[in-house]
Amino acid sequence: MEETAQKRPVAFDMADQTSATDTANKFIQEADQPSSKLVRFGADEPLELDAGPALAPWQIAYETYGTLNQDKTNAVLVCHALTGDQYVASTNPLTGKPGWWSRMVGPGRPVDTDRYFVICTNVLGGCLGTTGPATTNTETKEPYGLKMPVVTIRDMVRAQARLVDRFGIDTLFAVVGGSMGGMQVLQWAASYPERVFAAIPIASGARHSSQNIAFHEVGRQAIMADPNWSGGDYIAKGIRPTKGLSVARMAAHITYMSDESLQQKFGRNLQDRDGLTFGFDADFQIESYLRHQGMTFVDRFDANSYLYVTRAMDYFDLAAEFGTLPKAFKDSKTRFCIMSFTSDWLFPTSESRAVVKALNASAANVSFVEIDSDRGHDAFLLDVPEMFSTIRGFITGAANARGIPAPGSGT
Amino acid sequence: MSEISQTFDGLAVRGDHRVVANLVPENTRVLDIGSSDGTLLALLAHERGVDGRGIEIFQDGVNKCVARGLSVIQGDADTDLSDYPDKSFDVVVMSQTLQATRDPKNVMNELLRIGSQVIISIPNFAHWRNRMQLLFKGRMPVTKYLAYEWYDTPNIHFCSLRDFVELCRELDATVEKAVALSGKGNEIPFTAPWWVWNIIAEQAVFQLRRP
Repeated sequence: MEETAQKRPVAFDMADQTSATDTANKFIQEADQPSSKLVRFGADEPLELDAGPALAPWQIAYETYGTLNQDKTNAVLVCHALTGDQYVASTNPLTGKPGWWSRMVGPGRPVDTDRYFVICTNVLGGCLGTTGPATTNTETKEPYGLKMPVVTIRDMVRAQARLVDRFGIDTLFAVVGGSMGGMQVLQWAASYPERVFAAIPIASGARHSSQNIAFHEVGRQAIMADPNWSGGDYIAKGIRPTKGLSVARMAAHITYMSDESLQQKFGRNLQDRDGLTFGFDADFQIESYLRHQGMTFVDRFDANSYLYVTRAMDYFDLAAEFGTLPKAFKDSKTRFCIMSFTSDWLFPTSESRAVVKALNASAANVSFVEIDSDRGHDAFLLDVPEMFSTIRGFITGAANARGIPAPGSGT
Repeated sequence: MSEISQTFDGLAVRGDHRVVANLVPENTRVLDIGSSDGTLLALLAHERGVDGRGIEIFQDGVNKCVARGLSVIQGDADTDLSDYPDKSFDVVVMSQTLQATRDPKNVMNELLRIGSQVIISIPNFAHWRNRMQLLFKGRMPVTKYLAYEWYDTPNIHFCSLRDFVELCRELDATVEKAVALSGKGNEIPFTAPWWVWNIIAEQAVFQLRRP
């Protein structure tokens, strides 16, 4: 037993005691005083929540890229996925890694920051500066933990809308996002149709499926089964449920890839060994890879946030909110560009098609492409040229319709 | 309404596209079924100022359409037209696509349901060249205009112009206008009875309406 434990690969060791305090400190700092831009809303500016009591005071962390034009017509809101952040095209302060969508957003990119003013917020319930369970509750001077009300995708969008108001922007030129980001895009288009000129939900859907809820539940149970979770009060105790969180990430990560891409990348290849060890070490490359994914994830994400944000996705169901899906988009003037990937089994094409069908039934303006890719759900974050060319074309067409000048055109 | 230009985007406008576009009123809502690379839809948007939407079955085509700023969805005329509400478009356009559908009668019915009017171009299988090949060679016709062998053709439901007019009658659709075209898409510059067109036209454009 002892020996097995010692030989256990790094995945579960590294995040234990030694670095825990440092990481915890960095977390608390980013949760309260993010490295990014921040707007605080006071006790007199509450945020309405679906769960009931309004949240106040509250704060929203965000990054911007490019310049807002005089008419304020060129703002693009980028919405991040489950474990994303506001650093869409700039370095993440916790990981030091480049922006998570810097292939899509930046100078000369499809979402061209020479032409558009890009805003990306950390979602409500997140852990990088927008109010979430890791944020210090100003009343108790302790992190919210589970005292944070459960939030929904609609709440996240409400919070973003308040920030957009602060900029004095009436209509966003575009709202773009993949996966949970796509849910926010659809919620924006449904809740504020007159404020969204173009909507681009990628690898997403108008509801979370039963299978998706199931995977999230596995992740949450893993976190809550970790003794360090301590009923959600781990930050106050100076500990972190890193084992539970990394298992949650490992389970989720499988859903982001396709069987084909796993076969191609790892097959049944062994990890740094010539044969099977007849033990429970990471014999296979895929095991080692997943453990690595879990291990690195805990350094940048808060376990309680994971509970809250996964819950928000589970609760998402636009058809339930509006009665039927077509009603969610009734009389919408928004231009939609919907995109799915052939090998995505987390948000399969059928989920996108359901949205397209509803939009057609509402006689809305919609484009839809299913991109051929073997990379699974994560394809939207990867280098998929057809995705970039389609989005570039769609956005450029929409910008011409909106009268936003091209970069270098002198106005 | 002005005549459609001879060239668009640096390319010669296809004959049947010109005829179709000439029939489309300005500033209308148009659904184009079988958008291909978006050439017709782009022409209609540019020359007629239409609010256009399209359906195209192949991803490659859809990508090209969306990348040129057109609203096109990937879909199948045989299965996906039922999503559209009645009379949700002023004009439904279908260019050289009906013969490739699995159930042309149902597709035609859907077009007439969705659009206040339907403008459709079809190849004429009863053209004299086809008749000759069948009569003298005893082989399924392969012409410059219909360049497929019987086993690899995507065109699975051919008809003659007369057959098509008969289908329109069965579907209670009124033929408001019909234009006979040569294989190159040039308008045949004289009027003639149906039986003549059914021999000399390689394709035709119909403007239909169902009250």
